[in-house]
Amino acid sequence: MSVTLKDVEHVAKLARLALTDAEKERFTEQLNAILKYAEKLKELDTDSVEPTTHVLPVKNVLREDVARPSWPVEETLAGAPDEEDGQYRVPAVLE
Amino acid sequence: MSLFQSKLRDIQDRLHKKELSVADLVDESYRRIGEVEDRVKAFLTLNEEGARRRAAELDDRLGDGEAKGLLFGLPAGIKDNIVTRGLRTTCASKLLDNFKPVHHATVMDKLDAAQSITIGKLNMDEFAMGGSNENSAYHVTRNPWNLEHVPGGSSGGSAAAVAAGEVFFALGSDTGGSIRQPAAYCGVVGLKPTYGLVSRFGLVAFASSLDQIGPVTRSVEDAAYVLQAIAGHDPLDSTSANVDIPDYLSALTGDVRGLRIAVPKEYFGEGIDPAVKDAVLTALKVLESQGAVWEEVSMPHNEYAVATYYLLASSEASSNLARFDGVRYGVRSSEAESLLDVFVKSRSEGFGDEVKRRIMLGTYALSSGYYDAYYLKAQKVRTLIKRDFDVVFEKFDLVLGPTAPTPAFKLGAQVDDPLTMYLNDIFSIPVNLAGVPAISVPCGTNAEGLPIGLQLIGRAFDESTVLRAAHAYEQATDHHKQRPNL
Repeated sequence: MSVTLKDVEHVAKLARLALTDAEKERFTEQLNAILKYAEKLKELDTDSVEPTTHVLPVKNVLREDVARPSWPVEETLAGAPDEEDGQYRVPAVLE
Repeated sequence: MSLFQSKLRDIQDRLHKKELSVADLVDESYRRIGEVEDRVKAFLTLNEEGARRRAAELDDRLGDGEAKGLLFGLPAGIKDNIVTRGLRTTCASKLLDNFKPVHHATVMDKLDAAQSITIGKLNMDEFAMGGSNENSAYHVTRNPWNLEHVPGGSSGGSAAAVAAGEVFFALGSDTGGSIRQPAAYCGVVGLKPTYGLVSRFGLVAFASSLDQIGPVTRSVEDAAYVLQAIAGHDPLDSTSANVDIPDYLSALTGDVRGLRIAVPKEYFGEGIDPAVKDAVLTALKVLESQGAVWEEVSMPHNEYAVATYYLLASSEASSNLARFDGVRYGVRSSEAESLLDVFVKSRSEGFGDEVKRRIMLGTYALSSGYYDAYYLKAQKVRTLIKRDFDVVFEKFDLVLGPTAPTPAFKLGAQVDDPLTMYLNDIFSIPVNLAGVPAISVPCGTNAEGLPIGLQLIGRAFDESTVLRAAHAYEQATDHHKQRPNL
């Protein structure tokens, strides 16, 4: 399996990244090297092995559905790149 | 001699006897920063006004008898991926250049309760991705032992600041060795706790199933103090373990008689620097002379750990870093005209090379058609790596080996070769994949005077045994007392 320039362009689109031509070439080469190294895992027969997602048994943490004070809107929006009327402002999606 | 060459207990004795004030300690920290920081460059942001205000408050409490915190008055540096209320937190990324969090990470609340003082935020590889600190968007931190060498990464700022005597202790985070490897390179102590022992709430996530916050200190005893202060269940973190926290300090008995140590033959094979091998095997002899017993074992899946780690960590990173979109916080591209532009241009301008590379790798490994071949396969191999530890810990109390295969390399030496850089973590990564605790303690230097780290790995939640053995070793040697000549 090898990664082509076209694959890199497709993956960049999925990852919401715009790459320069030089970056595309570099990443194609580097991802190929890393994935070639990862092929090593194929040496192992894992058909009967359960995957480990997490080393601890993880379960949802639930609390009573009771309203609690939140962080103040002004403080939360203080770091926003753009805000208006207590909301995050972004370019219009619809004309 | 810097005040920070003293042990925590000695400094606190002097505070309580009023031979020293907290303000004196804070002065000492900023004095040393003024003296060496232009060469070491460990910090990204200083908190001088806040630290001095806090010192005055704590000095008042000394008068009121309210100075009971475990870390009372001690100047600390915090890795810049741990959020600090009102104090700039960048993760060493241009994307978060202006980010001031509205809340504290749980570990920061715990440090406040333990009455330490935040001196500033420490440099790191961007979003904790890297092994040399060369991936910071701001500047490269240098190794205090030799300024031409890297301090390690990604907690390189944390290790360098402690080694240089700029702070008394630091917090770092460890996803594949990012506390232990820089601790080894900088000749200090670095502890990665069991996954889930220390809350990750407020740690900017890189790979959520692997990340863990831990202390960087100048001695094992100091590491035990810091761990005692930050460990414990946190309802705000769904991956936090609800376990009783033992008294880690009472574990520091100095007695390792009968302790059973496993020495994996895979940790001493090809690629290990001869000076590292010698220093670590000499350390093993020290523990043996103190009464520990050891045997060679095999951990056959060790050689698959790096590939497993980079697939899993990158996959988790590609998901975690999706939240950085230029909408709610951080820096938005000024070139963006549409909403999609806001996402794409903010991310493309804000992320550095290594972060983009890992997002690309992770997105590829998780994409349709490749998931089973890469991501699922890596999760299955993770099970085999964890089983290697389970088998060894049925018979042994600890696993011993080097922290990293070589001492600190030269700046720029591996920057264009990501795969070689990744292989520096070959001995530290399996620990994160298995979720177990491990410590790096100084165990010697090479011919150039660069420090070497000894790694001791324990059973899950058995930090007490890890600290006990590391402390006993430290008592028998003086490697941890050596300081760089800055």
